Amino acid sequence: MDHQWRSRIIARVSARAVMCVGVAALLAVNIAAQTPELRWGGDAEGGAPFVEADPSDPTRVVGFEVDIASMLAEGLNRRPRFIQTGFTTIDASVARGDFDIGLSGIEDSFARRTRLAVTVPYYRFREILTVRAADAARYRTLADLRGRRVATLAATLAFDLLTAAEKEHGVVVVPYEDDVHPYTDLAVGRVDAVLLDEVLAERGVRRHPALTNQPTSVGVGYYVGILAPQNTGLRNQIDAILKQAMRDGRLEAIFRRWKMWNEDQRNLYARVTADESGPAPQTQSTAAQLSVWDATVRYLPSLLTATVITLVLSVSSMALAIVIGVLIASGRVYGPAPLRALLTGWVELIRGTPLLLQLFVIYYGLATVVQLPAFLAALIGLGLNYGAYESEIYRSALESVPPGQLDAARTLGFSDRQTLMLIRGPQALRLALAPMTNDFVALLKDSSLVSLITVVELTKQTTIFASNIGTWFVPGLLCAALYLALSLPVSHLARRLERTWRRA
Amino acid sequence: MAAGMSVLTVRDLEVRRGARSVVRGVSLDVARGEIVAVMGASGAGKTSVLRALAGLDPIAAGSVAVDGLQLSAGPLPRGEALRELHRRVGMVFQFHHLFEHLTALHNVWLALVHVQRQPQREAERKARELLDHLGVGARADAVPRELSGGEAQRVAIARALAVGPPLLLMDEPTASLDPARRGELATTLRQLASEGRTLVIATHDEEFAGACAHRVLIMDEGRVAR
Repeated sequence: MDHQWRSRIIARVSARAVMCVGVAALLAVNIAAQTPELRWGGDAEGGAPFVEADPSDPTRVVGFEVDIASMLAEGLNRRPRFIQTGFTTIDASVARGDFDIGLSGIEDSFARRTRLAVTVPYYRFREILTVRAADAARYRTLADLRGRRVATLAATLAFDLLTAAEKEHGVVVVPYEDDVHPYTDLAVGRVDAVLLDEVLAERGVRRHPALTNQPTSVGVGYYVGILAPQNTGLRNQIDAILKQAMRDGRLEAIFRRWKMWNEDQRNLYARVTADESGPAPQTQSTAAQLSVWDATVRYLPSLLTATVITLVLSVSSMALAIVIGVLIASGRVYGPAPLRALLTGWVELIRGTPLLLQLFVIYYGLATVVQLPAFLAALIGLGLNYGAYESEIYRSALESVPPGQLDAARTLGFSDRQTLMLIRGPQALRLALAPMTNDFVALLKDSSLVSLITVVELTKQTTIFASNIGTWFVPGLLCAALYLALSLPVSHLARRLERTWRRA
Repeated sequence: MAAGMSVLTVRDLEVRRGARSVVRGVSLDVARGEIVAVMGASGAGKTSVLRALAGLDPIAAGSVAVDGLQLSAGPLPRGEALRELHRRVGMVFQFHHLFEHLTALHNVWLALVHVQRQPQREAERKARELLDHLGVGARADAVPRELSGGEAQRVAIARALAVGPPLLLMDEPTASLDPARRGELATTLRQLASEGRTLVIATHDEEFAGACAHRVLIMDEGRVAR
């Protein structure tokens, strides 16, 4: 009895304790949830000093943008939360509400000002031409680079400056998707200069001692934060915090910490804090000021050129894939056991690894051994990759021709080669036609991956178009229409061929 | 029957499938114009004998002479030896094995043009004649899957005959035919024999064998039983 009573007390007390702990935990979670977040988007691939994974704790990010985000969050009484976003999609992501503000070395431009709510500029940078030290005397300005390949990051002020120089001075623009490979390709001689902002240029020269920066700047730009267009209330709060930080030296402290401070910033801050509107962005691509219709008319020729590149690349890659496919399939059907094993291994290797990785290995990985031009590297990469898939189609097609027909051919005196050319091959081809058509249409679309090794094809040109006019709607529709214009005739032709063969 | 008149002479033929002998000690003489039916239950070795004679499976032991050409034990004949053999031996398969992407006519002339190097016009004329002769001239432009079993059978015979082999091997020729067609086929084969062709037919259709063969051999477990 006594024992029962005691255990009842213990049960009641411990239940109460559990309840207390639970309530406390709920309260803590609730308080945390009530502190609103400042979700900010950036690309950690951009690396230091912008945003990069903390080397000592890769789950955290560090960089001057991280410090600015923390400062803004503190001013807003919010908790900062980083959201990883690809550099070229930051504008679209912030517009659709994936995060409150984009901070990732984003350049001020008219296009952004028309489509988004843009903060006051908080950093002024110069566009710097980087060349190999040996060429420093030869290539001083863009005008010296007629007919030469000049690398930059797509959809940036530098890209617009280069596009203008393409018309004026005849330089060849090579757009990259990242800000690291332009400098490695400059060092190995694939391009003759890089035009990017001084932050990147300084980093490029630090990493490649054989490179040097030209002293005169080619242009000037500003880093800003971007918000969704309807988010002007938050933008105004942030502008106030930024201006206060310019006055009280907190921004200077951040940029000094990242070794980016210079007198340009002092002048910028003086103007921003004095003048409500701040400096206007350098006039660049005027596309943003045009109507969508005029912009479309202006971009259509380059989209058509890019379509031709996509078509030529796809057709020649497919031709290479067919040749490789036939060779591998013949080896696997007719070859001796060691060759069959070798070819099977090759097919599994190619099919089991991403096409993107293969393109990187061929273009960047082999660069120290052989510097393939981008188009050729793209052609070889796509051809090798699709060749592996084609070989499987041909092998199974060859093996599905009934062996009885091969016996019949033998008793009629046909040689193995004749049997393949006259009897087995033609029947296999008919079986392979539908999956081959499928593969060609897939290749047409996969060819967009080669933009990552600097080939400007249809998708890349569309991205450039879209980021310059600030909307994906019209460029997306046009791009889709052009891809369909390429793939539909192929499918139609294949269906007609199949019908003809069925009748024959 | 005198050996000199034989189109086909088989001595102590042995055929193996893996380690197992599927044909053992088969000897046989077939004279020109003769039809020999080889009968026996499934698995008795009928098809294996035919495939060895046609150069599709290797001979493990013994010897075969076809119209003066000697085949001996060892690997399958290749190249010129194979072509020599197939000038002498044609084969019609149980399931015809017509080339499915070609018309009946094309099936018949393909080897004339590509193996015998005859001009295509002449080869086509000869192929059409053969199809007419076998009663399927009207189906010359049909593809194999449009042909009935009997029609496909006749096209397959025409294809084998086109290259002019003195010896024709047939595996279960009545398998895809209804009884009326079997009678017709027996008549056709008799006519071919009377024109000087020699036929060795593997079948388990007793009635058909009785209707067309001059001689019937019974096989059991790889041997000639009688």
